[in-house]
This record gives sequence, C-alpha cells and structure tokens, in this order.
Amino acid sequence: MSERGFLPGVFKGLGITMKTMARPAVTHEYPDARPDLPPRSRGVIALVEENCTSCMLCARECPDWCIYIEGHKETIPATTPGGRERQRNVLDRFAIDYALCMYCGICVEVCPFDALYWSPQFEYAEFDIQDLLHEKERLGQWVQTVPVPPALDERAPDAAEVVSANKPPRVPRPAAAAGDATGAVSAAGEAPVRRERPAGGDRPARAERPAPEAAAGAPTDATTDAATPATRDAEPAAPPEPPEPAVPAEPPVAPEEETS
Amino acid sequence: MGSGSIGSADMILNIGPQHPATHGVLRLRIVVDGERLVSADPVIGYMHRGAEKLFEVRDYRQIIVLANRHDWLSAFSNELGVVLAAEELLGMEIPERATWTRTLLAELQRTLSHLVFLGSYPLELGAITPTFFAFHEREAIQAVLEELSGGRLHYMFNRVGGLKDDHPAGWLDRVTKAVADVRAGLADIEGLLMTNEILKARTVGVGVLSPELIKAYGVTGPIARASGVDVDLRRDAPYLAYGELFGEGGPGRVVTRTGGDAYARLSCLFEQTYNSLDIADACVARLSEMPRGPINQRLPKVLKVPEGETYAVVENSLGQNGYFLVSRGDKTPWRMKLRTASFNNIGVLVEMLPGNLVSDMVSIMGSMFFVVGDVDK
Amino acid sequence: MGAAMSVWEVVLRSVAVLAAFLVLPLLVGFMEHKVMAHMQARLGPMYAGGFHGWAQLIADAAKFVQKDDLLPTAADKGVFRLAPSLALIPYLVALAVVPLSPSIVGADAPASAVVVLAATAVGVLGGLMAGWASANKYSLLGGLRSAAQLIAYELPMVLAVASVALAAGTLSLTGIATEWRPWWLLWQLPAAFVFLAGGCAEIQRPPFDMPLADSEIVFGPYTEYSGLRFALFLLAEYAGIVLMSLLMSVMFLGAWHGPWSGPLGWLWTILKAVPIAFLFLWFRNSWPRLREDQLQRFAWLVLVPLALVQLLITAVGVVMMR
Repeated sequence: MSERGFLPGVFKGLGITMKTMARPAVTHEYPDARPDLPPRSRGVIALVEENCTSCMLCARECPDWCIYIEGHKETIPATTPGGRERQRNVLDRFAIDYALCMYCGICVEVCPFDALYWSPQFEYAEFDIQDLLHEKERLGQWVQTVPVPPALDERAPDAAEVVSANKPPRVPRPAAAAGDATGAVSAAGEAPVRRERPAGGDRPARAERPAPEAAAGAPTDATTDAATPATRDAEPAAPPEPPEPAVPAEPPVAPEEETS
Repeated sequence: MGSGSIGSADMILNIGPQHPATHGVLRLRIVVDGERLVSADPVIGYMHRGAEKLFEVRDYRQIIVLANRHDWLSAFSNELGVVLAAEELLGMEIPERATWTRTLLAELQRTLSHLVFLGSYPLELGAITPTFFAFHEREAIQAVLEELSGGRLHYMFNRVGGLKDDHPAGWLDRVTKAVADVRAGLADIEGLLMTNEILKARTVGVGVLSPELIKAYGVTGPIARASGVDVDLRRDAPYLAYGELFGEGGPGRVVTRTGGDAYARLSCLFEQTYNSLDIADACVARLSEMPRGPINQRLPKVLKVPEGETYAVVENSLGQNGYFLVSRGDKTPWRMKLRTASFNNIGVLVEMLPGNLVSDMVSIMGSMFFVVGDVDK
Repeated sequence: MGAAMSVWEVVLRSVAVLAAFLVLPLLVGFMEHKVMAHMQARLGPMYAGGFHGWAQLIADAAKFVQKDDLLPTAADKGVFRLAPSLALIPYLVALAVVPLSPSIVGADAPASAVVVLAATAVGVLGGLMAGWASANKYSLLGGLRSAAQLIAYELPMVLAVASVALAAGTLSLTGIATEWRPWWLLWQLPAAFVFLAGGCAEIQRPPFDMPLADSEIVFGPYTEYSGLRFALFLLAEYAGIVLMSLLMSVMFLGAWHGPWSGPLGWLWTILKAVPIAFLFLWFRNSWPRLREDQLQRFAWLVLVPLALVQLLITAVGVVMMR
C-alpha cells in the first residue's frame, strides 16, 4: 500500500503516460480542422419549402412540439370550362425551435413529401436563445448542405421503392386516369414533367435538387402526388420508363396554375 | 475512531446536488464526525423529468426519443427495452439481421458506457489521465455509431420491428477496426489503474457489498457480479441473439468477482468491457456472413399495440432495466413503468457509506456506477 | 549577505528575486499545461500567444483580474483576505535564499536551509486560514486535512535536510551545494527520495493533494475563492513546485556543478531543477490520490524510518571521511 516508490505498479503508470507523451496527440483542432461527419449525422433540419404542403404531420408527430406551421388555403379557379375549383394549401410559416428540438428525426421520417432533410451542419449556436428559432428562410438555406445518403451494405435488401419501381407497370391505371373527366389535360401536362424527374433531378447531387425541381414544376406535383415519397432515395436504381402513375386522393391539379 | 468522545458536535454536510463526485444532481445528506460518516441519506429527484408520465402521451416511436434519455450513457439499450416490450405485445417476429445488429449495437453501447465509468471513477480518486484515454476510445465507437444512426449519444435508431436504417456500405469493417482500436487502448487504461498501488490502497476492501445486501436492495449488473452474485440476463433470460452468444462455445462470459469491494467492481467492469468487445466481434462476423435480408418490418401508419401487458427486461450496462408495458390497444401505452438499474444501485448507499471516511465515500460512490438520470427518470 | 549592502543593491536583489518568483512559476505552469496535455494524448492550449499557447497563463491572469472578488457573508473577512498572501509570500522569502550559483543568490543567509524550512512551514498557514475563514464545511475539512498533512511531511523533510547538512557540515544552501560531490547522488539517495515525497506533500501535489481533492471536498480551502485571490493560490502552487525543484537541485543534485560551471553555473542549477519539476507533473498525470490517513501511514512508517536510517548512514560516512 504505502511503498510508493519501489513497486512496479506505480511505475507501470509512469511508463504509460511517458509512452503517450512520446506519441502524437489525438486532438483535432476544431475551428481550424473541420470534423468529417457522416451523411446521416443529425445536425440541423433543412426545409425544401416547395415540397411542403403544410400537412402538419411533422408538427403533430414531433415529441416536443417544436415545429410551428401556419398556412392558409387558396382557391384555384377551374382551368377548364365547367371544371371544378380547387383548394391548395399555402405555407405561410414553417419554423423549428432548435432550443426545444431533441434531434430525434421523426419529422424527417414522417414527411410524406420530402420536404425535410437532415444536414450534418451543427454550427448555429446563438447568444440569444430566441435566435434558435429558425424560420423557413433559414431552414431553406440548410438545404445546400444536405449530403447524398450513403450507399447501403450489400446485404441490405433493395429499398421498397426500388422493388416497386422494378415491378412491371400496372396497365389498367393509366387508362383510368386518361378516362378521368379532369384528367385529360392534366395528365397530358403532367407526363412530360414526370419523365423529366429522373434525369433533371440529378440525384447524386441531391444538395442542389430543389432548384431544378422548382423549375420543372415538381413541387406542384408533390402537393398532390402520393407517389412522390415512393421515389425518394430510390431513383439511381429506377428504370427510365415513367414511374408507376399516382393514385391521387384528389384529382391532380394542372401544373400551369400551380407554378403561377 | 472519531472525536465523539470529547464531546464535539457532528456536522451535517450536503454532498450535492452540485458536487463533482455526483455526476449530475444527486444529493447526499451526510452526517460526519470529523471525516467519518455517521449516516448518509441519498436525496434523489432533482432530475425527475416525469418520463413515465410522458410515455403515456407518446406513441411508440416518440417514446424511444424519451426512453433513450433516462440513462444517457446507454441510450441504445434503453430504446431496446421499449421496442422489445412493444414487439412482444404485438407478437412481432424481428428479421435476423435486425436482431444481430441490435445485439452488436447493444454491446458497443455497453462498451461506451463502461468506458465512461472506467474514466470517471479514477477521476474521483484523483487520477486525471484515464478519463482522457477513455474518452478517446469512446470516440472510435461513437464514430461508427454516428455513421450508422446519425446520433452520437441519442441514437434514436430502434423502431418497433427492427432498426431505422440499414448499414452503410463498409460499415461492418469500420466496426471491426474500432473494436480493435478500443481493445488496444483499453490496455493502457487498465495499466494505469489496476496494478497501481495507490489505486489499490484506495479501493481494495473499501465499500464491501455483501450478496445479502445485494439481494435485499435489488442491486444488479456489474456491481452485483463483483460481489459474486452470478446473475446476467444475457445468459439467464436471453433476448436478442444472446442465447447463442452466451451458449456453448459462444464468446459471452458472465464476469464475476468475489471481493465485493470497489476494486472488484472496477476490475469486473474492465473484464466486462473486453468481453463486450469480443461479443461485438462475434456479431460482426455473424452479420457479414448473413444473406441479404431486411433490417426492419413495414409498419402501419398508425401503430396500435394490442391490449395486454408485458414486462421486458434487458441487461443494461449498469444492471437490469425493466420496462413494464400496459397497453389498452391505443397507439400510446396506457402505462409504461421503468425499472432502472441505477435507482436500486443508489439505494444501497445508505447501508454502505456509514462508518467510512469522506474520501472513501467518494471512492464507494464512484464505484457504484450510476447515472443520475437513470435514478430520477 | 554582507553587512554593508547598499540600498540600491538591496532594491536590485529584491527586484531580481521578485522577477524570478513571477516568471519561473509561469514557466512551470506552461510546462504543466503541455506535459499534462501530451501525457493525455492532447495538445493543451494552442492559441494564447501564438506559439503553443505559451501565454495561456498570462491570459488566465488577465481573466482572474477581471473576476468579481467574492467574499462569503459568513466569512471571517480579515483572515479570508489575508490567507492568499500568507500562502504565497513564504515561498518568495524561501526563494530569496536559494542560490543559483555561488554568486547568484538573493540573500545568502548563513543558515539558509533552516530559513527555507521555516518559511515553507508558514505557507501552510495560508491554507489553514483560508479553510477556517471561508465559513464553508468543505473548506474546513480541507484546512484540517492540510494541517494533518503538515504533521506527516514536516519531520521527514527536516530529517532529510539534516542529512545533507550533516554531510556538508553546513546549514547554508550555498555551502551544501559547494561541498556536493557526484557520489552523494548515491549516498544521499534515500534522503533525496524522502525530500521529494515530503516536498510533494508540502506543496499539496498529487498523489498528496488531499487538502484540495476536488472530487471529494470540492477544492478544499480554495472553494470560496475567486478572482485574483484564487490566482494567488494557484501561483503559490506553482511557486511551490519551483522552490521544491530548486531545493532538490541545490541539495541533492549538485546545483551548479557541471562543465563551465563558472559562467553557466546558474543554468546548471535550473536545468537540474527541470526534471524534478517534471517529476511532480508526471506523478500528477499517472497516479490517483492517496487518503489522508494513508499519507500519515506512509510518512511515519516509511519516510521517517528511511530518513533516520539515512541520517545514520550520513553520520557514519562523515565520521569515516574525517
């Protein structure tokens, strides 16, 4: 116990600290050397505003209610004589309070329209806690930092989206859509847009995706297109033929009105 | 001992709620005669966050967010208890890859948690260097866990029916490397401590916990095993893939000691960490020869757990964590009771501390390996 | 210390000692930052001053100066204010009589070894006073621990110094260093060990830092201190390392003995003190802390007998050589 100087135990400790001192330090000098974070890192949530339909799913699923969404409905006049007027949700406010956020990622997971993404960025500390409330403009800026998702292990099964995309197209549906009273124009207007997506979407550079999509009128698509979530993350493997047509809950809206 | 005979008054001393040795906000109200403790009374609840009540108004995915926070050092194992309970009520079969990945993550989690204590306990005894070593080793494992789950502490990676995402390509190789690195680094921490005469002087024979007290207070985990109580749910009530791992020829070992003192507890923790790394290696080997297959199950949009009740109990890093789930068929549990290891492990301090010196109090408290969040819930 | 020292010389010598007293602890502090960091596989401070954070302690001092000087309501205010100075000044006094070379010494007292022992013993009073005056139970425990510690290390240290004094036949540090011969390294080895262990306890460095023991009694006597007064305690700790290392160098390692000891003697003394200071830092990084009663046990069952045996060996040696 007390023979401090003459037993090997204490010397072993001295040896280990000396050995460590002779080796290079493991410190990363953080502000000078940036950490290399994996793509799945949950740093900050990015909002692709065009994809958001203010459906409130994320706000409702959030375990601590840190997402604030305000929106209103707009009525869109009928495009064809005798057609029906449509209603559309317009997003007025989307804010995430990062002072409350628990970084669980449920909002990103539940979003059916690919409006929310994780970005590994973490440098948004503030001097005032109120500044941690990011409004949609700020959340939109994070989109540029969203990385490409990592390739999966070879033992992972194909994503459900890939499996469904590889299935032969179901035949009767397009006929039904074409036969739809309102569908004639919109389906015709929609089809080229949809074909463009795999090419114009340029999936590997997902960070830049929102811009081309917005140009292509994709967001309008997203507002009503229930198939959109199914194409998420699956497009590299998706065949070039038009994906399985949507089965919209509501009839699709003509794109011209939406983009205006 | 003591100065009671010359008529001096005892002193009441509050250790905590803010004190370097309490890892958070545990408060010990001790009565000391000089430096010798006459009595000690743990006052808990400073960190009570109402977790169980919050569970009642959260669905099963949201519960995971909260559940991984009570013992913040073993977030993954906590998530596991919740989903195992829900899966049992649902009668759900878990894909094999999910089971083995969960086992792997649970063992990596155990290593992470043990490393914290292997670093912080010496700190309480005045040795500052092991902390830095331990946290460096942790970093290696945290990196692979972050790559998989996106989180460093709160993985939020379990889902009812499996795991959230599949492995990124090449991830298993990086796990193997991290495990090897940690195993090498662990030897340095061990070398700094286990043969050191000063550490032995501070821990051998200090805070001896008898098997009787362990049974009376429901102490579990490495602390109980250090006193020779040979209980480990991974072997005794296998869940996940532990049946095979702890079976004949498997890498799993139930590490026990007989001393029951602080030194035995620390040494138990060291060996258990090595064993966890071995188990992790076995899981990786198993996962890499597995055929393609899913890692989770497709769930309905609204997951309702059928009416019934179940008790899922897992061998957490610090002991047995139980999750008593009562469902009335809603999408939220009707009641979810937590049985956390730290709560019981702290309770026994009342019996252990009196008669010891203030220095030994710190030595004993540190060797009880508790997380205050796990005590208060 | 000539009787006819002019006023200017006194001022000059005082300023020189004060400068050394302020600079050397900073160097030790910097060394501690770096040694500790690298032993823990870290880098330590890297920004202040540009080169490897050499100015970190100066930056720390600037921070301490700006901090609020807190005074607990129940504190014994006069004693509380006085304590840091009392912890620090004895080291200054002791440093004044430590020679760097036969000619470079603040004040060459005839019994400087005794002065050093007496002065450092007073330094402990600072901790005691702080512990009592803070009106804090942790501080009180810490103060009492440092009092108990005093009993443990003081006697072995005195015996160790007595051994070299006996060997050299003088109580003057300059005299001891002058008489030193290389084979004393072996002859006085036990005394050196006792002095090192005692010195470690004296300046309350790990593994004998029980009076501070941050994980047990928060920070012992210093718990209630903040700002400049706390900085003074920290400075006292580093000054303690400087003093103990220099004393080891002068009494046991032959101070200025070495090549070119004429012009470079002072450098030799300091260079020999550096490994000793390094030892203090090395211990801190490698070992846990003992318990107060274990130190007592160690002191009375190991250090004191060892020092007595050493005294005997020294006496035999001296008799045989005369």
